[in-house]
This record gives sequence, structure tokens and C-alpha cells, in this order.
Amino acid sequence: MALAQDVAESVVPAEIGESQAERVAREADARDVRNRWWLSAPAIVIISAASIGPLLIVVLYSFLAPGDYGNVKWQFSTDAWYNVILQRDIFDDSLQWADAHLSIFWRSAKLSLWTTFLTLVFGVPTAYFIATRPEKTRNLWLFLITIPFWSNLLIRTIAVMELLRAEGAINNLLVGLDVVDQPIQLMFTDFAIAFGMVYVFLPLMVLPVYASIEKMDFRLVEAGYDLYANRWQVFWRVTLPIIKPGIIAGSILVFIPSLGAYVTPRVLGGGKNLMIGNLIELQFGQGRNWPLGAALSFTLMVIVLLALMYYVRIAGGQQSRQGHA
Amino acid sequence: MDGQAGPSGAVSSQSSSSAKGKGDRKVAVTAERVSKIFGSGADEVRAVDDVSVAIRQNEFFTLLGPSGCGKTTLLRLVAGFEHPTRGRILLDEQDISSLPPYKRPVNTVFQSYALFPHLTVAGNISFGLEMLGRPKAEIERTVDEMLKLVRMSELKNRRTSQISGGQQQRVALARALAPRPKVLLLDEPLSALDLKLRKEMQIELKRLQHETGITFVFVTHDQEEALTMSDRVAVMSKGKVLQIGSPRDIYDRPAERFVANFIGDTNFLEGSLESSANGQASIRLQQYGAVIKAALPEGKVPSGRVSVVVRPEHAALVADPTKGTMRGRLENIVYFGTDTHYHLRLVDGHEFIIRQQNRRGAIEGLATGAEAGIVIPDDAAQVLRD
Amino acid sequence: MLDMLLGRRGFSVKKLPGFATVALFVFVVLYAPIMILVVYSFNEGTNPSIWQGFSLRWYEAAWSNSQVQEAALRSIFIAVIAASIATVAATMAALATTRTKSFRGMTFIYSYINMPLMVPEIVSAVALLIFFATIKINTGYTGIGYLLAAHTAFCIPFAYLPIRARLESMDLSLERAAADLYATPWKTFQRVTLPLMWPGIIAGLMLAFVVSLDDVVITEFVKSAGQETLPTFMLGQLRRVVTPEMYAIATAFLAVSIVMVSFFFFINRTRT
Repeated sequence: MALAQDVAESVVPAEIGESQAERVAREADARDVRNRWWLSAPAIVIISAASIGPLLIVVLYSFLAPGDYGNVKWQFSTDAWYNVILQRDIFDDSLQWADAHLSIFWRSAKLSLWTTFLTLVFGVPTAYFIATRPEKTRNLWLFLITIPFWSNLLIRTIAVMELLRAEGAINNLLVGLDVVDQPIQLMFTDFAIAFGMVYVFLPLMVLPVYASIEKMDFRLVEAGYDLYANRWQVFWRVTLPIIKPGIIAGSILVFIPSLGAYVTPRVLGGGKNLMIGNLIELQFGQGRNWPLGAALSFTLMVIVLLALMYYVRIAGGQQSRQGHA
Repeated sequence: MDGQAGPSGAVSSQSSSSAKGKGDRKVAVTAERVSKIFGSGADEVRAVDDVSVAIRQNEFFTLLGPSGCGKTTLLRLVAGFEHPTRGRILLDEQDISSLPPYKRPVNTVFQSYALFPHLTVAGNISFGLEMLGRPKAEIERTVDEMLKLVRMSELKNRRTSQISGGQQQRVALARALAPRPKVLLLDEPLSALDLKLRKEMQIELKRLQHETGITFVFVTHDQEEALTMSDRVAVMSKGKVLQIGSPRDIYDRPAERFVANFIGDTNFLEGSLESSANGQASIRLQQYGAVIKAALPEGKVPSGRVSVVVRPEHAALVADPTKGTMRGRLENIVYFGTDTHYHLRLVDGHEFIIRQQNRRGAIEGLATGAEAGIVIPDDAAQVLRD
Repeated sequence: MLDMLLGRRGFSVKKLPGFATVALFVFVVLYAPIMILVVYSFNEGTNPSIWQGFSLRWYEAAWSNSQVQEAALRSIFIAVIAASIATVAATMAALATTRTKSFRGMTFIYSYINMPLMVPEIVSAVALLIFFATIKINTGYTGIGYLLAAHTAFCIPFAYLPIRARLESMDLSLERAAADLYATPWKTFQRVTLPLMWPGIIAGLMLAFVVSLDDVVITEFVKSAGQETLPTFMLGQLRRVVTPEMYAIATAFLAVSIVMVSFFFFINRTRT
């Protein structure tokens, strides 16, 4: 209005409310959003049909009675859920703790936590090392950690097996150096499972930690040194808090597949050192108790989701704090 | 520092715009009471607020303002990347408000250049022509012509990632000019360049506009750029256009406090309007006792208490405090080579800055702490609208 | 000594004592078992861990083993089909969930597509076993379709992530520039978006292929009789005596994975 002289003479007072242009734009937007849903439809349908949808059936099956030859009988039963941690005594029919299950849960938790801890101990320095390489060689180191990440898990587990066998590389070395007379039993122990899981899941720790170290501004480290901190003080008080999101992400990424591990304990633990994954499989094989298998699966999934939610909360909090800075 | 080059640059651009004549040309782009509102309710942002502008054919028109003032949104409304919430955009008197960008005969030079990384320099330039379905021979001819125009012929087959920032800028220009748009929109195209290149490209842009005769709408937050290059400048703030005029108008006769402040350095004085006639007014500066002549802004004539602006280089300093329009105590003398800035403290505590060109031999008797006279000539002061 | 090896001198703010040692130890431990496996796959003798001279006999044995042939072909068949379908679906979904202002449901689509990554493999496997068993009983169909469906589903997030990342990293103003230069939305897609997102699509396809090829758990649970893939065949063989033939298969398998991953790594790092 201040520039009446610049406006063309024929100014019509603009109508109040939505202009035609905006209506056209809004309709185009609505069409765009519809198209985007159609574009996503194939992926959503496939995932619903062959990944997420079947999970709902797991819940349903956990409330049915086991069939005589596997599968289920279509009658409501909560037995499967009792059986997750309790069992009925064969003789007097009283409920008791299912020691076998509890010990497997305990082993799963223990081994997963050990695996997470050990991948942290070895993974953080490795990630730090890669992130502090000069530009030119950094990608090579990164590549070296990516290869195992995408190589077949079973094959890597077989490689560990070869290492740990009675006639394997470690025992050959120990016997050859006269450290021991007899090959020591490494396979089919909890140690073998933990070693195998650390071995196969280590890249899952290194990659996210690497990503957060690489993003880190090393001038902050310089500032730490400038303010009289020594190397370890700088690492504990500056570096570690900054890369915490990467460490949490890595820990979750290692903990979740460790808890649900199936191949590694099956190959390295033999028949007796079971983890939850093997216990679940057992219900669909020799155990012939599908409802129990379903209940165990669901339990495992809930634990995993809780861990993920905990991660999202921490990561989200971290992010909003950085947003305020 | 920016402000210093402003006035001298404005003088040079003045000659080119006056040579073309003003006002009698047809209108190319019109924004009619255009508003663009993002969000709604409490989050509502009026990016462009009831703006009316008429951009003439063949002119170099600049939208100037700080970031977030709505200048880029206004440009995007013309390009078609946004649609006005209210009002209309006309191109050659046709309403284009609801046309998608690909149906508008305007082209944009993007701030980030947005060159297609998978195409060569020539591929980028021919893109628009191919989309328009022009015959092959014509496309080739135009591409060569454009390459020559921006002096990039030898880099025709390079990848856009293999050329420098300044060269990318030229390719972006050539690409936008190739389809011969009715209007070329430039969204802060020089902001990514370093100072020296920017100066070169400023001259280059003026030359291109001159040679092609296409209407340029240029968005910038750099007042110096706006003053040196434009035929007319629209100063924007908070979604509104505050003043439109030639660079000299904008600089010498700012109508709003924001405009005076945003462009160059300014002294503000308070006074009351004694009399006015023919756009001239007598202002009594109460606290200093003096009466000065000042130009009135266009449009409504203010009355009573008014604010007056005086550019630092339009006032003069005299050693004898009694010889000036008013007096002040010298607080700081800053030597700049070409000129010297004198910071004076007035009786009411306000600061007043005078900029004087340096000659051999300084003015005698001027030292910090001394009283000095401030001379405000008749044509130096401008009354603000508020 | 280590410092000299890595060419460092003076005070480096980035250096932490012992970290390089741990890292190099990690790399050695990571690669030693694989190297041993590869070396012993060329062993002449029958005992997998006593070196008796170089030979390709285990590769020949594996090559002529009809069970291995069949499993390998089935693995490749499943991986090709599943990865292709997954990549197409993922590309469409990635296009739908990027390069726009956020719309209602966009986060939902994004999270839903990634959800298979959150579910422990064994749980997915069990769910599919139950679901497909029901269908098998009701339809009598026991073909390879179940494996294809399952593989396609868990491949989608792996294909989706690199494609989406690629699209996200592309300058939004490129499409605007195309529209500004008179390209219709379809032309813009054809001439600008698609050529620029190719590296992402290839990367997604390869990841999906590798992931499908590697899968053990879900395949183990979903497969009907006589539908062994290479990994499930190997898992089954581990119950018996391990011969160097297994190592030969593993080495060949590893080589394929490494080639694919190298390719992926290379593509992902080139910025066009």
C-alpha cells in the first residue's frame, strides 16, 4: 500500500480467504499424498503378508493348546504362558519353577551382556582407530570392517569353529608350544558361544561408534588438552560423553541379535548349551509344543522392543539436548 | 565497511538506468496484494504480507532485505514453487498464480545453482530447450550461443563437478537464459562466491542483462550488490515491501527507519515539523536549537514530531563549534584511508557520525575530547514516514 | 614400534595409547579365522586342519556334488527374484517417503518398512513357520513361493535404506530446477531423479541380494522338504563330520559376498 504508485492501475481488491491458486495447490498436494501412499503400497503389503502380519498369529497361537504331532489344537489355553517359566510336576501336578527354561534365560542374558560388554571393549578402540586414520587410508580400514559385516554369518561361525576345535588352530598352537599336553575343550562351552557372538557381532558395534567419532569435532579434544586434561581425562570427560549416542546404538545393535541368537549357539554350543533361540526352535521340532514356542517368541520380542524403546528414549533425549545447544 | 562502497557504486549504476529511461516501459511481472502464509493458527508465518509490486520489462529489479524478510518466498511465488495464499501473480497481464513451474515462461538461477550432476555443461544448458521440444539444430545453436555469452565455450563437455564455483555460476546463468525466459529470477546467486569473483560476476550480470534485454529479478541481502546493480530496488522487511525506488532514491531518500538503517550508516535526529511545501520541510531540532531543511517522504505528509536522517558523508565537520548547525564532542576519530569517520556525542547523548573524504593535510585542531561544529546542508536531511 | 609403523610423530591430540594396538589385534582376530578357512579349503588331505599340500580337489568335489549344485542354484534363484521384487517395492516406497514436506503417515510408512529389522530373526522365522503351515494345510501348496515371499519381505528394508539415503542426500532444488526448465513431473523423474538415484538402487539391490543369499534362520524354518539353500545345506552338514569340502563351499560363498560388498562400498562412496 505504501507503494501505490508502483501498483498497476487495475488493482482489483484481492478476495478474502483462499485464492484459486492456493486451492489448486492444495488439491495438487492432496493428490501427491495419495500417490505417495499408492507408491508405498507394494512394500507395505509384502511386509504385512510375510513379516509383520504373521507376528500377530504368533500371539494367537500362544493361547492355544499344543497338537499331538506338532501344530496346535484349536482350544483356548494359557498353559503355554505358564510354561514359559513354570512347569507342572509329573508326579504331583504342582507348579514349580521351570529350572531348565530359567537356566536358558539366564544363559541368554548373561552371554548377551558379556557379548555387548566385550564388543564395547574391543569395538570402541577399533572405531576410534579407524576414525582417526588419515582421509586416504580411513576408507580402507572401514572397508575391512564392512566385509565381515556383510559376509555370511554361518560361514564366519564355521570359521570360529575351525579355530576352537580340538584339532583346531588354537589347540594346535597351544599343544605345539607345549603350553598344554592335551587339546583343551573350547567347543560346546559358553565361552565358545560368547567368543563366536563377539566375533560375528563386533562390526555392529564398530560401525555406529565410528560414525559418531567421525562426526566429532576434534577441536573439543584440543580444548580439553588446553584446559590441562591428560589423555585419559580427555577421553573419559570429553570424547566418551560426545560419542555416547553411537555407543548406545552399537550396544543395542549387538544386544538384540545376541539375545535372539540361533545359529551361533547351535554351531558352537552343541546340543546342550542352549539359548532362547534354540529353546524356541526346540518347541517346533522335538518339543512339539508350538504354543510354548509362540509364547517364548513373543516374550523375546517384547524384551527386544523394550530395549529398543529405551534406546529411542535415550537417543531422542540426546538429540533434543543437542538441539538446545 | 559494506556501506562505504555503496554510495560511490550507486553513482555508476545510475548512468545505465537513466540511459534506458524510466517509467514508460511496460510491466512484466505484477504481484497484486500477494500474501503467502505458512502454517496456521499459532504457528502461522506471514512470509509475504499483502505485497504489491510491478516489475517493468527489461529492468534489473532487486528484492533486498535481511534473511527471513520474504524476498525469496516472493521470488518462489513468481517461479511457481509456491502458490499465493491470497492475491495474484501476473506475467504480461496474465494470471499465472495457479500454473505449475514448468508452464511458466520464467527461469531461475538457484542459490545453490542446482546444476544436474549427471549431465555435462552443455547437457545442463540444453535441458530446458529439450523439454520445450525444440528442434535439435536449434538446441545446438542456442547452446553454443549461450556458452559464448557466458564465455564457457571451451568447457562445453565438462562435468559440472569438474568446474569451479564461478564457472558453475555461469553455467547456471546460461541454463536459465537458454530458453529465453520472459523473466529471469536470481536467488542470491552470488552469495557462494568469494569477494573478487562476486565483483566480477556483478559486472557480468549487468552485461548479460544488457545484452539479452531480459527482465532480471534479483534477490539479495547484500545492500552494496543491490545498489550497484539494480535499476530499481524493493526493500523488504517482515514480509512487507517498505520502499521501491532507484538505488539513489533508496539511499538518499529513505522513507522508513528500517530502510535507512539497513542500507548504509545513518544518523537519526528528532525534531518537529515547522512548515512544509513542495516536498520540502523545515524541521526544528529542539534539543540543538537549530532549524534545518529536509526532504519529505512521498505519500502522506507527517506532522508534529518527526524523525530525520542524515547520512554521515552528507554532513560536514568544522573545528569551530559555533560555526556548525549544531555541536558535539569528538569521541573517536577513525582513519579509513580514503576517508575518516568522526564520532561525536551530542548534548542529548546520541551519537552522530560524520564521514569526510581525506585530503592532504588534516583538519586543524581536531582531537578527541574537543568540541566541534556539525554542518547539515539544506539537501542533506530526509524526513521519515513514521 | 607401532607408532613408527603408523607414521606418527610428536603430540597428536587424536592419539590414545593402546587403542591402535587393540584395533590391530581386532583386525587380526577378525581375519585370521577366515584366512585359515580359506587356506584349508585348498588342503590336499581329508583332515581339515592338517596341511598336506595344495589341491583343488575339494572344490572339484563340491562342484560335482549334486546336492551342493542344487542348493546353490536354489539360493541364487531365490536371491535374484526376492532382491529384484524387494528393490522395486523399496524404490517406490523410498520415492514416496522422501523429497517432500512431511505428510500424515510418512513416519508410519518409514517405520513400518523398517520394522522387520527390529524383530529378532528367530521370532520372524517362527511366525512365518506358523503362518505358512496354516496356508500349507489349507491349500496344499508346498512350493518355493513361501521362501520367495519371506525373502522378499525381509529384503525390503535392506533395499530401502540405501535408496532412501541416496534420495535424501540429493539436492532438493534439482527437481525444482527441472520443473523450472519446463520438465513435467514425469519428465523430471525420468531425466533427473532416476539417473541420480541409480547408485542407490544398485546398492539396495546388492544388499538385498547378499542378505537373501546369507539367510539361514528364516529359510531353515520356512523351507519345505527338498528346498535346501546353500546356507541351510551347510548348517545341516555341520552335524556330520566336517570335511574341507565345506571350507571350499564357504570360500566360494565368501568370495561372492566380498565381490558384492566391495561393489556396494564403491558405489556408496562415489558421489556423482
